[in-house]
Amino acid sequence: MIVIVDYGVGNTGSLLNMFRRLGKMAKLSNSPEEISTASHLVLPGVGAYDHAVKRLDSYDGLREALHDAVVDRGHPILGVCLGMQLLVKSSAEGEGEGLGWIEGDAVRFDSAHGMRVPHMGWNTVNRTASSPLVDGLPDDSRFYFVHSYHVELVNRQDELLSTDYGVQFSSAICRDNIMGVQFHPEKSHRYGLALLRNFTELC
Amino acid sequence: MLTPRVIPVLLISKRSLVKTRKFGKFDYVGDPCNTAKIFNELEVDELIVLDIGASRYSSSINYDLLKDMASECFMPLAYGGGIKSIEDAERLFRLGVEKVSLNSSCIVNPDLIGGLARTFGSQAVIVSIDVMRRTNGSRFVRGSLSVNNGGLDPVAWATEVAERGAGEILLTCVEREGSWSGIDLELVSEVTSAVRIPVIAQGGVGSLDDVRRAIIEAKATSVGVGSFFVYQKEGCGILVHYPSQDELKELFVA
Repeated sequence: MIVIVDYGVGNTGSLLNMFRRLGKMAKLSNSPEEISTASHLVLPGVGAYDHAVKRLDSYDGLREALHDAVVDRGHPILGVCLGMQLLVKSSAEGEGEGLGWIEGDAVRFDSAHGMRVPHMGWNTVNRTASSPLVDGLPDDSRFYFVHSYHVELVNRQDELLSTDYGVQFSSAICRDNIMGVQFHPEKSHRYGLALLRNFTELC
Repeated sequence: MLTPRVIPVLLISKRSLVKTRKFGKFDYVGDPCNTAKIFNELEVDELIVLDIGASRYSSSINYDLLKDMASECFMPLAYGGGIKSIEDAERLFRLGVEKVSLNSSCIVNPDLIGGLARTFGSQAVIVSIDVMRRTNGSRFVRGSLSVNNGGLDPVAWATEVAERGAGEILLTCVEREGSWSGIDLELVSEVTSAVRIPVIAQGGVGSLDDVRRAIIEAKATSVGVGSFFVYQKEGCGILVHYPSQDELKELFVA
């Protein structure tokens, strides 16, 4: 069963709609037992970083259950938008501690590049590594983004996709079973559908 | 490259899709869910749904209808009409709506903007500004008929809502609404040069060139389109349509 981590942050309805469209069973949960035993986990997230960290920590045993599922059992997890930024250690947006599973930090877009912040709208991606998550995506794939911070990786080999917004930033990252996308696949038409289908087919 | 968003704007009233002229008299256009489904198949950039009945008749938000519409939308969906509290917004986000649009309610209670932005993030909060013109030519912000706002100045109000945490402004020139006569570029330019947040220009699009001019000349971030995407031509029958990605790409190459 695919479990969407329900910690009160993120548009969980849209993710459920997309999995329903894919014909996959998915449910919302914040129960440590259900999270530990999920086949696939999705960590959503929108809004402010510290608010999300606080919410994550407000459920007893949630971090431990995520660690158990992802690090000990190796089940695939996909962080979406702010959920991807939680996969790294910290963010310039706040003080809270991220999950730290992938080495890096979230940093703010530098408005010195003359681009409006947030980066909001449809943008394209460049594939920088191959992975089952991004296999078979059409060349003209476009995704819906809305964010003011982006992840800066310590190891470039953890990057799957990059996107140009004044600077090239990592729009999808992956280390083993731990994956994150900065865009909203659940709101990115057939391109997002293809990516989420790839995710559900990982084992 | 980030492409400007071209956004169909659907007006609903009591479960029906309608189209207005100058937000006044309206025609029945079709079924909202079916239209959302067609726009989804056409892979539109985003969809804005405004319930003109919810504030006009003070009726409540039609959550059932929005849930059905959201399940057809695999692109960002914004909703406006009758949102008065953080709880209203939270319920909408759980249905699969990404952004809420405030109009009269934030003229009455401007603190709602900051409250929503702090809880859900600015990216989820649109403030919709309807602009009308007095006989002497000066402009003012119109709330719903029951709201006496004392004639707010559009640029001053746009600046204030941005400071209060709005993530985006939906700027409508009411006189152009449903007119096919082009966007009020002067109004849009005034607002886009006063604020740093994205501005969706709306009201009067009758051709793709009108869309282009709003983006290139008036520096709008995105353009909202009503009649032009719903009718075959001005005065003709209903034909829901949307330009291809190639047409849109071409459009914005200066």
